[in-house]
Amino acid sequence: MVSQARKSELLFSGSDWDFAKLSRVYDEIEAIGVEELHLDIYPVQMEVISSEQMLDAYSSVGMPLMYRHWSFGKHFLYNELLYRKGARGLAYELVINSNPCIVYLMEENTMALQALVTAHAALGHNHFFKNNHLFRQWTDAGGILSYLDFAKGYIARCEERHGLQAVEAVLDAAHALMEQGVFRYHRPPKLSSEQQREGLRERLEYEERSYNDLWRTLPPAQDKNKPEAGDESLAERKKSLKLPEENLLYFLEKNSLVLEPWQREIIRIVRVIAQYFYPQRQTQVMNEGCATFVHYTLMNMLFDRGRISEGAMLEILRNHSNVVFQPAYDDPRYSGINPYALGLGMMQDIQRISTEPTAEDRDWFPDIAGRGDWRDTLLDAWANHRDESFIRQYLSPALIRKWRLFVLADGADEPHYEVASIHNERGYSKVRSALARSYDVGASRPDIQVVDVDLLGDRHLRLQHKVKDGIQLEDESRDATLRHIRSLWGYDVSLAAMDAETGAVLSERSTKEL
Amino acid sequence: MPIFIDRRLNPKDKSLSNRQRFLKRAREELKRSIRDHVRTGRIAEVDREHAVPMPRKGTSEPNFSDARDSGQRQHILPGNKSFSPGDLIPKPGGGGAGSSAPGTTQSEDDFRFVLSREEVLDLFFEDLELPDMVKLNLKQILSFKPRRAGFTASGAPTNVNVGRTMRNSHGRRIALRRPKQAELDAISTQIAELESKPPNQAIRERIAALREEVERLERRRRRIAYVDPVDIRFNRFDPQPVPNASAVMFCLMDVSGSMGEREKDLAKRFFVLLHLFLTRRYERTDIVFIRHTHEAKEVDEHTFFYHTESGGTVVSTALEEMHRIIEQRYPVAEWNIYAAQASDGDNFATDSERCIELLDRKLMRLCQYFAYVEIIDERESHIFGSTENGTSLWRAYNAVDGKWPNFQMRRIAAPADIYPVFRELFARQPALRKSA
Repeated sequence: MVSQARKSELLFSGSDWDFAKLSRVYDEIEAIGVEELHLDIYPVQMEVISSEQMLDAYSSVGMPLMYRHWSFGKHFLYNELLYRKGARGLAYELVINSNPCIVYLMEENTMALQALVTAHAALGHNHFFKNNHLFRQWTDAGGILSYLDFAKGYIARCEERHGLQAVEAVLDAAHALMEQGVFRYHRPPKLSSEQQREGLRERLEYEERSYNDLWRTLPPAQDKNKPEAGDESLAERKKSLKLPEENLLYFLEKNSLVLEPWQREIIRIVRVIAQYFYPQRQTQVMNEGCATFVHYTLMNMLFDRGRISEGAMLEILRNHSNVVFQPAYDDPRYSGINPYALGLGMMQDIQRISTEPTAEDRDWFPDIAGRGDWRDTLLDAWANHRDESFIRQYLSPALIRKWRLFVLADGADEPHYEVASIHNERGYSKVRSALARSYDVGASRPDIQVVDVDLLGDRHLRLQHKVKDGIQLEDESRDATLRHIRSLWGYDVSLAAMDAETGAVLSERSTKEL
Repeated sequence: MPIFIDRRLNPKDKSLSNRQRFLKRAREELKRSIRDHVRTGRIAEVDREHAVPMPRKGTSEPNFSDARDSGQRQHILPGNKSFSPGDLIPKPGGGGAGSSAPGTTQSEDDFRFVLSREEVLDLFFEDLELPDMVKLNLKQILSFKPRRAGFTASGAPTNVNVGRTMRNSHGRRIALRRPKQAELDAISTQIAELESKPPNQAIRERIAALREEVERLERRRRRIAYVDPVDIRFNRFDPQPVPNASAVMFCLMDVSGSMGEREKDLAKRFFVLLHLFLTRRYERTDIVFIRHTHEAKEVDEHTFFYHTESGGTVVSTALEEMHRIIEQRYPVAEWNIYAAQASDGDNFATDSERCIELLDRKLMRLCQYFAYVEIIDERESHIFGSTENGTSLWRAYNAVDGKWPNFQMRRIAAPADIYPVFRELFARQPALRKSA
């Protein structure tokens, strides 16, 4: 207590920031975060940028380095317009899952905001990136920046060699399949190191240079020549291609007969980037919730210790409450559930259940209610869950009541929505699992797989879409995407819609019809 | 303590090239939308930023996505006020596309974005240029501009190339073994050292030898100059012929009493467009504004476009004024001369004769290109449409048109005609001859 009283001087005053203040505030926040919340973080690299640079960063999916493509220009225009019209503010920060963790701070922020942002991004997000199992297993924080650097350079070189249009065509097609370019179930291989990539590229180039058509005419080796052509069964064929395959980009990259080596490499780049962002999509609520919880808790602790002035705290709280604002469904400002609000709400709820549970909480959460160890519970949740499982496990009836959540059943053929469940005794678990399901990225995205291709026959590539709950694909966009696949595959492609429950084929669309 | 990096001074506009790629991709569609906009709106508005709708063709980003109008789904919404399970809520929009209630946001394809003034003008004036500019250049006397072309051993002191000179001098000094200052210094210290010792015969002799050596070296240094005239190199400049692209455009506008509000407005719009086009496309183009009633006057841009004044009509005065200005300021040998004239065609028959004479005898020989735009009544447009009949001036100019390939005439009846006519007049590779 005495030492605290002695230290009780303000970390900063006034709204202007400078690097000395930023550094002092960071050190203080880091110390308190590690000590009080047991956070475990990557080293931090803070970069101060202007608002234009923030807009630039937005359009290249938040990465500091990105190859060039017109679609980023389109997103840039869109973001710029919203920003200029004042329809949307810019984020105060941007944080990149890399080691060291890069945090962008906007130059326009006041000192109070910089403190808030430091706690939010440099501590909260950073801890989440380093500890959540999805990020640990599926992304390579150490290698991503050097990989992007390689990707940017490689694509620029391809543009020089093969022309802008040729490269753009491959990128367009690959971007269309980004959603289908991730491994959902088995872990992707680690990014190869710089040297390995260099070696690989050299080998490719050597092969290109030393290609001799004569080798093709040699008779096949005697010991392996089984009578392949006629009686290879479907099952064997599928096995040899490892079908079915959910990762369309991977399949095309490895098996397409028409792609040049550089085109394969470009597809690979798009695929690697899609895979890198896949965990982020699955952990939006948790990631933002974790960061928001951390900044809220740390700022209040600092305030309690007298390190932040009342004025600054007021500003911080005002910004905080803007961020976690959740309008009701009938509010004109409503645009879906705010992940910041939901995440923070659930994490504070865990804190409450842990320290002052009601009888209901003891019923629903016997493991954690009243044990008082909310820090460990949260650390455990942050490390081991994704949005879907987190909500399924921790959304409490109290929070459902507080948010007044309800479920609306929407059948396309019905003239009405039907209220399926509400925040009452019978509805809690239904609301909870419906909400959890809506955050299950694997389930809410169309499930499309490569099921068959006869490489020795007409090379017709067959895809299958498992239709869940009768939800079909959007026609126009589906046809355009099929055309893109055809351009990468080189032969006809068809997509069959199959009902997930009955297995009945609902429709089939082939590029022959397009 | 974290690492801080201040990136504020890094280049902005990292996405500029992405933006340009996007615009290039959407070029055709953007061009059409700007032209439509300008055709219906005010011409002067070309010269500013434009909001254009997101082009759809070629810039959609398809993927496999769920169709909104199929299947069973569930929406989880916050803020229930009065619903109980089993309640039915009619879908908005007659139950058709059950979409608007649950979280639909404006999609990226539905927004309008802003093109900068530069981009608008670039798109707008694409494929237009002053006719025949190049052809005349070939006949023209060329002007010359000095251009760097290697080095020379002689030249003016201002053109000395220090780097080259010093390189030569260095090489020569090495080749001729010019003693270095360091060698001299070494010997001097040696002498100083010897002198500080107790003198004896051997030392004295050694000192004398060293002094002689110093003497020798210094003589050699004097003979071999540090920088010798042979070392000196000058930058050489070659006179490079530069195509003469200086052009002047004469804008002649009739502001007489017979030109009503509508006619004046159309004429002005035409000239605004012309003005924009010239300032946009050509860095060095003089523009001379001449307005005339029964007398012609050279005026500045502002007066030309905004001043109101009226009077009778004598068209030839404008042509005379133009001729006078050419003689005074724009020698034909140096200038590409263009002219655009707008009038309602009302003129005295005798004066029209004079106009023909002026054009035929003088102006058409001087001009690279002469465009005549006649503003006619909308009701007359279908009468005169494509016939050779028309106002006194039109008939008179028709004669000129037949004789001179670099003369063009068009009619404008409504604002919507302006841009097409403008395009016809200034399209790249114009069809110069039309049947007389």
